Amino acid sequence: MTMDPNLDSPRTAVSNPPIQPMKANLGVGDVVRASAMPDLPKPERQLTPVAKLIDVSKCIGCKACQSACAEWNDTVPEIEHNVGMFENPHDLTPDMFTLMRFSEFENPETGNFEWLIRKDGCMHCEDPGCLKACPAPGAIVQYSNGIVDFIHENCIGCGYCITGCPFNIPRVSKTDHKSYKCTLCSDRVAVGQGPACAKACPTQAIVFGAKEDMIEHANMRVADLKSRGYENAGIYDPEGVGGTHVFYVLHHADQPELYSGLPANPQISPVVRGWKGVTKTIGLAIIGAAAVGSILHGLFARANRVSAEEEREAEHLVDRSLPPRDERV
Amino acid sequence: MEKRQYSQSGDHIETRAPVTVSRYRGFTRANHWITALSLIVLLLSGLALFHPSLYFLTGLFGGGQTTRWLHPFVGILLFFSFLVLFLQLWRLNLPRPEDRTWVSHIGDVVKGHEERLPELGKYNAGQKGVFWAMSVLIVVLIGSGVMIWEQFFPDLVTIPVRRWAMLIHSLAAVAIILVFIMHVYAAIWTRGTLRAMTRGTVTGGWAWRHHRKWLRELAGREGRGPAE
Repeated sequence: MTMDPNLDSPRTAVSNPPIQPMKANLGVGDVVRASAMPDLPKPERQLTPVAKLIDVSKCIGCKACQSACAEWNDTVPEIEHNVGMFENPHDLTPDMFTLMRFSEFENPETGNFEWLIRKDGCMHCEDPGCLKACPAPGAIVQYSNGIVDFIHENCIGCGYCITGCPFNIPRVSKTDHKSYKCTLCSDRVAVGQGPACAKACPTQAIVFGAKEDMIEHANMRVADLKSRGYENAGIYDPEGVGGTHVFYVLHHADQPELYSGLPANPQISPVVRGWKGVTKTIGLAIIGAAAVGSILHGLFARANRVSAEEEREAEHLVDRSLPPRDERV
Repeated sequence: MEKRQYSQSGDHIETRAPVTVSRYRGFTRANHWITALSLIVLLLSGLALFHPSLYFLTGLFGGGQTTRWLHPFVGILLFFSFLVLFLQLWRLNLPRPEDRTWVSHIGDVVKGHEERLPELGKYNAGQKGVFWAMSVLIVVLIGSGVMIWEQFFPDLVTIPVRRWAMLIHSLAAVAIILVFIMHVYAAIWTRGTLRAMTRGTVTGGWAWRHHRKWLRELAGREGRGPAE
């Protein structure tokens, strides 16, 4: 199956790329939001919202997705020491945009031991906290298909994106001082190919397509899991961040924290909203008013001047205390 | 010789006709200007990352990346230069009974009716307020600043703590800029003040008008002469 070149985004990751030449999308005209650029022009068109669905119940923990990710993005994650766990590397790094996280869970209801494996990485929030926090114009952009991307040439390496992200995803490189995370393979999607991880996944636990189609597919998976006894199976597409363009099917959707601390109700922290909202706008207004006010007052109000009388008073005071001048000199 | 109550060691009557009074030594002035310059660099680089409309200020420092690494280092410079100022000045900035009267007559202060105010030592309550506000805010800013210093302390605090540090850092920054504006404004509005930090001296009349207890103490000490 080859992708129809007339579509604006790939509908699957397993198909081969189109063989006809096609124009890359996800350019400047497709940006709906950009960091520190409040007056962005409206995008030229609306692309079909895309999504990557990660079905945790189908994952076998092979890490093919990690390998494919490093391969496509040409990163070389540092070799670390084995500390007796499967996670490798031990955390997301500036060179590892996705990570299989393994947690061992003894289900108190069934007495079964469950190995819960979750592919961690950027969730591509509809309301991205990184983008809200970023101070550098155009360093973080959101395309109309939902992909949130870091534009590294504009990144200044301040780490505010880490402060803003509800999922603890971005990592700042110690080498080039720029922030990195999953791009949802925007450079592949732009030319009709699905993300590298989804393409590499041997069990199709990772699938990619239009968000609408992915939700439909996820619903089928949830119904299937329920029929197999996973009563609490469900979709993790958190409302608190407006939904995400990477979302999960979980067998324990009622307890997302089981999956290596996946937050139950992620949202942009009110502290971050306070910092980037009232503090920023009101703070600057007050500073501006104080600066302008004092300049105007300085120009038009009467200054506090010392009079000649006061200079004489000072001389009297000093003369009274000191011996006569000619003796001192 | 009598213990100084209203003046700093080094403060003295420099000339008699006309009277000029030495207020700050060369070292103190140089250090003050290091603090001032640091604060201005911090203010410009900090504001650049504070509001998108001011991001262009990063151009003054050679771009966003440079601004990002420069800001915290200048913060450390300011912290230490201000620490020296603090150690020199804190004693004369302790509150005194006349400060209460001065504050309750703030209207006369603004109108310049200084004859209605009590006689003051080296600093008035407003100057003391600036001093203590700067001291507290600088400690808050350096503390919260280190917590958000991605380049060297990425894992010093948890992300939720880092969010608070970020908010507190920006609120404290707004506050210190207001204090800074107040400080500069007061120094310019009160004519004859700036030379205390440039030449190091003020006129006798200035000392008589604004800090008479300070002047009296210095004159008294001169009269008795140095121990020979």
